[in-house]
Amino acid sequence: MQDAVLAMLAKEPSYGYHLRARLRRALGPLGESMNQGQIYVTLARLEKAGFVVCERSDGLPDRADRKVYALTPAGQRRVAAWLAEVGWPKPDLAEFHLKLVAAAAARLADPVELVAAQRRELLRRLREVQQAALAEPEGSAAVLLEGVMLRLRADLRWLAACERAWSSGDAGGATTVGATAGDEDGDEDGDENDEVEGG
Amino acid sequence: MNGSDAVPNPVAGPVAGPVAEIRGLVKEHGQGQGRVRAVDDVDLEVPRGQTLAVMGPSGCGKSTLLHLLGGLERPTRGEVWLAGRRVDTLSERALARLRRRSVGFVFQAFHLMEELTAAENVELPVLLAGRSPREARRRASLLLERVGLAARARHLPSRLSGGQRQRVAIARALANEPPIVLADEPTGNLDTAATLDVLRIFEDLRTAGQTLVIVTHDERVAATADRLVSMRDGMFVDDTRLTGSSSRGLGGLIEWES
Repeated sequence: MQDAVLAMLAKEPSYGYHLRARLRRALGPLGESMNQGQIYVTLARLEKAGFVVCERSDGLPDRADRKVYALTPAGQRRVAAWLAEVGWPKPDLAEFHLKLVAAAAARLADPVELVAAQRRELLRRLREVQQAALAEPEGSAAVLLEGVMLRLRADLRWLAACERAWSSGDAGGATTVGATAGDEDGDEDGDENDEVEGG
Repeated sequence: MNGSDAVPNPVAGPVAGPVAEIRGLVKEHGQGQGRVRAVDDVDLEVPRGQTLAVMGPSGCGKSTLLHLLGGLERPTRGEVWLAGRRVDTLSERALARLRRRSVGFVFQAFHLMEELTAAENVELPVLLAGRSPREARRRASLLLERVGLAARARHLPSRLSGGQRQRVAIARALANEPPIVLADEPTGNLDTAATLDVLRIFEDLRTAGQTLVIVTHDERVAATADRLVSMRDGMFVDDTRLTGSSSRGLGGLIEWES
């Protein structure tokens, strides 16, 4: 979030509470838990690192909420670099996969149970995000919520593939993840079509 | 509930216990060697006001389960109770009457009457339940309003999009104020925008306290439910409450590293 806070300052110098309000507006329901303290801790670190300077309003007590924060030239360069950066936060798929492998190898836990627990957690998250999205479909953060939901759904599908691989019973299940990802066989439900995303 | 057909509105009746319940339910298809157990000794209680999603791979028996629950199929063994009444032992006639009054069905393929308008499709089950045409029109108008289709009431299904047709089908399912609505892959034929419309209606039904069982492949649909049951090979392998917050909560989805 350091970079995001810096970038928010690029428009104009700002009070900490003003920055927080702008971030919360941009994040919609996802920003609800963001507190004032986090902003000031971030700003203090950015100040120490030389990316922002702060000016105290004259004659007022030395308090964080009386300070106006502004970018330094180094801060401006870092914002420019951040905007150009195409790194993409990596999902922890490998770590979860290794969790299943290790659990199975050392017989610490049933991998299928671990997958089910993870699935429950992701479904609860999807439910929360979806309720927020349905509640304010036109909100400024709607497109962010949509992205979060798409990722959760992708993760849920991958968990379904993990479940199929590990419940096939063979210890080598870990190596077949992906190979069995297609959804199966003839069914009594007849007209179910496996979902192909509509758009 | 006293079991008499004179009870006008099952929802209003003092039904104790779960709205739907199945005990030791088994359904086998086919004969001899080719015999397959679609539902394999399953127990389930659906409390009043709960929205329940059933997920599982194709062929796991989830649609069969829904058909058994709604009295569309009869079990090989076990019991099915709806609104306080045992349904698997009812005569065909009594079963048809119970389905009409106590169960609202929503199907993947909509199953609307093509020669009737949207409003008439919603009115029909009300008329079949023995109510006046005036009451049928009143309910259809309210329900089409509720699903956002008041302006399309006079349209034939052929003039409606898939999503609109499914919304008419949902309005129809609600027409007799059934104690339970059963939906089988309700978004299976819909694109994303139409799916969202249906999700919004389900969310509305959930908050209104409508008991609802939805069989689905779609995680988004499952995520509108209070509870999720996962099925595999005719059995339940997981039964999860989705209510309450996730471990991190909505704000926790943002990683804040100061």
